[in-house]
Order: sequence, then structure tokens, then C-alpha cells
Amino acid sequence: MKAGTPGAVPIQGGTDVMVEINFDVHRPAALLDLNQVPELFTWERIDGSYRVGAGVPYVQIIAELGHELPGLAQAARTVGSPQIRNRGTVGGNLGAASPAGDSHPPLLAGDAIIEVASAAGTRMIPAHEFYLGVKKSALRPDELIRAFWMKPADGPQYFSKVGTRNAMVIAVCSFAVALHPSERRVGTGIGSAAPTPRRALEAEAFLAESLDWEARMDPEVLRRFGELVAAAASPIDDVRGTADYRRHALAVMARRTLTWAWNDYRKVRAA
Amino acid sequence: MRVNFTVNGRAEAVDDVWEGESLLYVLRERVGLPGSKNACEQGECGSCTVYLDGTPVCSCLVAAGQVEGRTVRTVEGLATEDGLDPVQEAFVECGAVQCGFCTPGLIVQAHDLIDRVPDPSDAEIREALAGNLCRCTGYEKILDAVRLAASRKAVSS
Ligand SMILES: Cc1cc2nc3c(=O)[nH]c(=O)nc-3n(C[C@H](O)[C@H](O)[C@H](O)COP(=O)(O)OP(=O)(O)OC[C@H]3O[C@@H](n4cnc5c(N)ncnc54)[C@H](O)[C@@H]3O)c2cc1C
Ligand code: FES
Ligand code: FES
Repeated sequence: MKAGTPGAVPIQGGTDVMVEINFDVHRPAALLDLNQVPELFTWERIDGSYRVGAGVPYVQIIAELGHELPGLAQAARTVGSPQIRNRGTVGGNLGAASPAGDSHPPLLAGDAIIEVASAAGTRMIPAHEFYLGVKKSALRPDELIRAFWMKPADGPQYFSKVGTRNAMVIAVCSFAVALHPSERRVGTGIGSAAPTPRRALEAEAFLAESLDWEARMDPEVLRRFGELVAAAASPIDDVRGTADYRRHALAVMARRTLTWAWNDYRKVRAA
Repeated sequence: MRVNFTVNGRAEAVDDVWEGESLLYVLRERVGLPGSKNACEQGECGSCTVYLDGTPVCSCLVAAGQVEGRTVRTVEGLATEDGLDPVQEAFVECGAVQCGFCTPGLIVQAHDLIDRVPDPSDAEIREALAGNLCRCTGYEKILDAVRLAASRKAVSS
């Protein structure tokens, strides 16, 4: 479909595309309206994973997948306003590939896989290989994002975002954590604090080694985790915040979200 | 291009539309429905809120081509032959309108809230209206109006 109209800009919810058009950032030669592709608006469970169409709006993820994909649903709740959540989609967030996009950290922490398609066929791209640079992704010009795949949470997941007020804010920085108890592993995702969303790989490796899954959280492990998450970022100074502030905030969010997740995990085990 | 859609119960066929112009522009400039307001064109203020297939959206962020075959309801489509919608009445009675620029969007958004949540808490009202900016009223009277409309709806249904 994309191949037939080169230069056409895909439009799903339009919450990024229309802002650019309204402000004459660019006038695309043609729009490719994905609202006409019903398949993109559906999600299904296949072989123990969720396959969520690129056009499923945030409001539907919150209402229908809040239990299965809690980290992503939490992030979705912080996007824009009700009107934006009624239209905006994870597919569009991925298409825009802004480092500040709120769905990216939970997709990274939850090991999401992005399904992209062109006339040449389908590719499955792990989220951590999808983001290549500021607003650059692994998506080729002739490809469209069809869906993302994610396993239902196998442990507690949390998302946290620093912004200047509660609604309608682009993240100053954000962080997502997902416990994977069966693998004795913790997934992470950092937003708005590097040219791309990224995992905190050293912090993940540190926890895989140091976390005692039978015990209370060791404050020293928690402190070091925060430090490593902050070190994984390469933030910049901009109007929304300084690099130092972002590093500091990331360490705080990392400790906080891991504590929440750990407390939930221990509670479930005790019960 | 030509765009065919239904607005406030009436079928419209609008010609010479550029597919990237906004639904807001089509409504105001081509269909003669200036109720939805244009204040930011970037989804920030909510004054352009309309129902698209029953869901409130910022009409400034919907491309004209995307409404082909779909149903739009604007603030002009809320009143009936019997008079104003209860949400509109409540806004008037509570003095929730000053310059009025934000009002149409707030009314559509509040209308949707009360439809979905018959007896909304203050937190739910604030959350529902988080994408609608008002420079004049300080929001207190708007909250009063939504509470009043909700309580009347609860009594009447
Ligand atoms: C007022 C306001 C507040 C916002 N707040 C937030 C926020 O808090 N957090 C946040 O993350 N974002 C926010 N955004 C940005 C935007 O809402 C999100 O990025 C949203 O996820 C975009 O989804 P969409 O479907 O509207 O994308 P669209 O605007 O339709 O598309 C976005 C980009 O993706 C491309 N695209 C869309 N679908 C596909 C596809 N299937 N395949 C390939 N390319 C595709 C488009 O060509 C375009 O480049 C906000 C926007 C506004 C206007
Ligand atoms: S004009 Fe559409 S949100 Fe402001
Ligand atoms: S009454 Fe003037 S902006 Fe709300």
C-alpha cells in the first residue's frame, strides 16, 4: 500500500501529523489515511502474546489492556488529554519516534516487538533495535507499522514521568520498569533523556546479578540501580530541563518505580 | 477532493477540499458551522472539540479526508427542538461563560463525560476537562455547571 504512493505521509490519529501541517512545518504531497484500515484498530491474543494493531488508540489500551500491559497503560494515561488519548496511538508514537514519546519506555521494559510490513514482506523488530536516532527509527520508507507484540506482564510494571504539571505535558524525562520474576530479570526503559528511548542495560545486568528475589530490597542495591540508570542516559539541556536535573530525576524515578514493583511482588508472594 | 460525511444528522458533500486541511476548517469555513472554535490548532486548548463517531476529538487534528463516510456532531448539534441541552443550560445558569471562546469545546467534552459517567466525582470532572483551556473563568463556575448538569440528568433519567 505504501509502495503505491511514495512520498505519502501515513496518518493515524493525526495528533502529530496535523500539528505539523497546521503549522506548515511541511505540506505533504499526499496523506495515507490509515483510519481506513480496520485491521489496525484491533488487538488479539496469539500464542500467549498480545498483538496490538498500530491504530488502537490510547483510550482503548487503558480500558481493555490495563491488566495485561499495565506499564504501557500507565504511560498511556499520562498522554496529552482525553481528546488526544481518544485519537493518539502507539503506532503513531512509534512512527514519530520522538525520544519523549511516552509509550517507548514501557515497550522497552516489556520486551515489545514491532511488526512492520511492506510489499516486500513483514519484519519483526525488537523495540530496543527500533529507535535509531532523534525521530529516526528502523522503519524503512516503504514500510508501515502494523502492530506491536507484547507478552502479558509476568510481574509488576511501573511507569513514571516528570513534567511541569499533571496534564498535557511532554515528558522532561520518564522511566519504566518491568519485573520478569520467572527469568529473575528486570527490564527498563528511559525516555526523554537521550537521543533515543533506550534501556539501561548496565542497570539491568547489575540487578540480574545482585537482586535477591527471596528477600526485601537491599537499599544499597536500590541506590546503585538508580545510579546506573542515571548513567545510562545522555541527556541534554533544553527548555524543559537541564541535563543534571534529568539525571537526578531518573535516579529518583528508577529507585521509586523499582520499590513500588518490588513491594507488589513481595505482597503477591506473601499472599 | 470531495468529502462526504454526516454532520449533526445532515449529509454533507463538500467539494474542493484539500485532504490535509483540518475538520475544524471544513466545519467553520465550508459547512457554515462556526460553533467549534479555533484557538491553537495544535490540540492544546480543546476549543475545537467535536464528536467523531461518538468520541470527542480535537477537530483541528483530524484531516478532512479522514472524515469520509463518518459522523460528526458539533456543539450546534446538541440542542433539540425542545431547547438547549441540559449541559448548555447549566453553563448559562452558572455563569460559566465569559468570553465564550472555550465554551463550545467544554460543552461537548462535558456532554460526553455525563453520558459516560452519570454522577462524576470532582476528580473525574477535572480529568475529563484537562484538555480544555479557559483563560477567563478560573474553572470554578465551569465545575459548578458540570455538577449541576449531571445532577439534573440523574433526576431526569
Ligand atoms: C496536545 C498534545 C499533547 C500530546 N501529549 C503527548 C504526551 O503526553 N506523550 C506523548 O508521547 N505524545 C504526546 N503527544 C504526541 C502524539 O499525541 C503522540 O505521539 C501519539 O502517539 C501520535 O499518535 P497518532 O496516531 O496521532 O500519530 P499520527 O500523527 O497519525 O502519526 C505520527 C507519525 O507516525 C507516522 N505513522 C503513524 N502511523 C503509522 C504507521 N502505522 N506506520 C508508519 N508510520 C506511521 C506518521 O506518518 C507520523 O510521522 C501529544 C500531542 C498533542 C497534540
Ligand atoms: S484549536 Fe484544536 S485544540 Fe486548540
Ligand atoms: S470563557 Fe473565555 S476562555 Fe473560557
